[in-house]
Amino acid sequence: MNERAPTVRLGHLYPDHLNIYADRGNIAVFRRRLEWRSLGLEVVEVGLGEEIPGDCNLYYLGGGQDRDQLLVAEDLVGKVEPLRQAADNGAVVLAVCGGYQLMGHSYATADGKKMPGTGLLDLETAAGDDRLTGDVVLNVSLDDRTNTVVGYENHAGRTRLGPACTPLGRVVKGHGNNGEDGFEGAVSGRRVGTYLHGPLLPKNPWLADILLRWALDHSGASAELEPLDDTLEQEAHATAVARAGLKR
Amino acid sequence: MARMKQPSLPRWLAAPVARTAGRLSRLLGRGGGTTLPGLLLNRLRPEALEELARAVPDGVILLSGTNGKTTTARLIRAALDASGARVAANTAGSNLQRGVATALLNAPEPDIALFEVDEAALPALVEQTRPRAVVLMNLFRDQLDRYGELEHLAQRWRSVVADLDPDTTLVYNADDPAVAEIGAGRPNSVAYGIDDPLLGREALPHAADNTNCRRCGSPLRYQMVTIGHLGQWACPSCGLTRPRPDVIAANVELQGMDGQQIAVSTASGPIHVSLRLPGLPNTYNAVAAAATALAVGVTPTAISGALAERGAAFGRAEHVTVGNRRVTTLLAKNPAGADENIRMVLNETHPLHLLVLLNDRTADGQDVSWIWDVDYELLLEDDRLASLTLGGTRAHDLALRFRYANRGPTDFSVAPEPSAAFDTALAACAPNGRVYVLPTYTAMLDLRRVLADRGLVPEFWEDE
Repeated sequence: MNERAPTVRLGHLYPDHLNIYADRGNIAVFRRRLEWRSLGLEVVEVGLGEEIPGDCNLYYLGGGQDRDQLLVAEDLVGKVEPLRQAADNGAVVLAVCGGYQLMGHSYATADGKKMPGTGLLDLETAAGDDRLTGDVVLNVSLDDRTNTVVGYENHAGRTRLGPACTPLGRVVKGHGNNGEDGFEGAVSGRRVGTYLHGPLLPKNPWLADILLRWALDHSGASAELEPLDDTLEQEAHATAVARAGLKR
Repeated sequence: MARMKQPSLPRWLAAPVARTAGRLSRLLGRGGGTTLPGLLLNRLRPEALEELARAVPDGVILLSGTNGKTTTARLIRAALDASGARVAANTAGSNLQRGVATALLNAPEPDIALFEVDEAALPALVEQTRPRAVVLMNLFRDQLDRYGELEHLAQRWRSVVADLDPDTTLVYNADDPAVAEIGAGRPNSVAYGIDDPLLGREALPHAADNTNCRRCGSPLRYQMVTIGHLGQWACPSCGLTRPRPDVIAANVELQGMDGQQIAVSTASGPIHVSLRLPGLPNTYNAVAAAATALAVGVTPTAISGALAERGAAFGRAEHVTVGNRRVTTLLAKNPAGADENIRMVLNETHPLHLLVLLNDRTADGQDVSWIWDVDYELLLEDDRLASLTLGGTRAHDLALRFRYANRGPTDFSVAPEPSAAFDTALAACAPNGRVYVLPTYTAMLDLRRVLADRGLVPEFWEDE
């Protein structure tokens, strides 16, 4: 690769603890979609007890088991400041599932405890009685574009948004944030949280490219992304949408 | 809301009715009849399973774990058969309550019963069957949409073991920290493991699950890794250590797809196992089987002879000849299993014609995100693939998995429908070549149906 090719710097938070829903698939999508355009991705992994670098263009938090998420919550809350500042300055944050919950103010567990969150998104989560699982299709408007987003959800938490963020999308099929209000995920500026995995990005290349465009913009590089041949992605996306209509 | 309790049919009537229903279902071609009678029996007389289990004179053996249940049950079954016992078993692989009840219904006066049991169904079945032995094999990440998370499953197993009757023998895998922590220290327990220092791997694979200490949460240290998170582990922080196994694979000589030679050391003396099944997962299955058979009184000689005779369970490293090509099926339901299959395939010297089949039915798990945790990248290194065909209900997800595995383009064909996928893979393979099929559970059954329709294999419920 050309030494001077623009490179996106990605802070991957807790890859050893938040990785339950194949989160490395999302990282692979970032990497390949940049490489296929002769751009680069540099990944900085941040574990328990390690400082979060404030100079990344894009931050990623995945999903974890309850036990791991608790470990992470305690660690993250004390060191979140560089991430908050970067996000305030236009760095992109993508948080999926457990990571999404950590973006909120707190998580009330089933046994009545309150797990602290970062408050990077104005939302609260409380454990529900059962898990909300299944295929999901959303209608999403982002960056002046509207498209469907497909994925899979599996969460016991019920998330409710405050006034400082908006839902990522409207649920066409599935449960969404809480199974009641018909919305899924949360967006505030370039901070995006969602329960959708599967992983999220391979079948939603449109969403991946919006995040990459934002990250490139933050890095100061020209934010033009040339189109890729997404035939396979579109096929998989269309199959997921069609199956959501056919199943059950 | 008050609900009428359904009346329970008398015992003499419930069992024959349920049995007849199974025969009818089979006659009508509605399926193998491996679950229907049990399902019906449970409806007609809920206490029947308990009664049937109690009537088995030499008791019930239950075995559970994410990977290897079916193969291990077949190996134990072979050893019990060799000892001359009449065995009731759910060999055809239906491992929920209804499958266990069906197997008990269909076995006339068994001496002993042996059931492989779904990980989540284990607590209820232990309560209902009051087993003489429980075998806990492993806990890998699997089908999270169905079971909830791994941690919850481990907790449920922990309380199952805590509540076991003291007379019940526990057989468990010392190399799996999640399982060993549950079994260690319990009286009347038998631990098994692999101790051959030449087998170890340098690093934990990406899909490794239980790599933090169950007691204190610190990262475990491994002297040797065998599969996934299995191996010789210890916690450097709190001192929790792999229990010393009682039944040990002390020397393992792997012989490709053809099998392996295992020297097993036990308190009753050495057992040589000449196994017709490949790979380290089957090493664990064989040691688990030997430990269990010994625990219920089968002699080392009978075990050695029985394990040598046992071929593959359907879909598990099973070879089928199609014209002048050989088709080998390696079932995998989760990243740990798939990684091992990839390793086995890469050890082959033949050109690799691969057919990967991914379904998302209930038995496979509806959430297929796990394919992103499998190290398919290894297949693309060194230009080893001669052809790659992707099929199953989620073939398009596999296509993306392989697209994003590589910087450059990867050549593959996508054919969701099973017979089309099979024909595509076969057509890509040169005469006298070999096709390796890597299916999920129901995709394996689909393929089985294709092969059976073409007269290449018998119907699956005939495979006992």
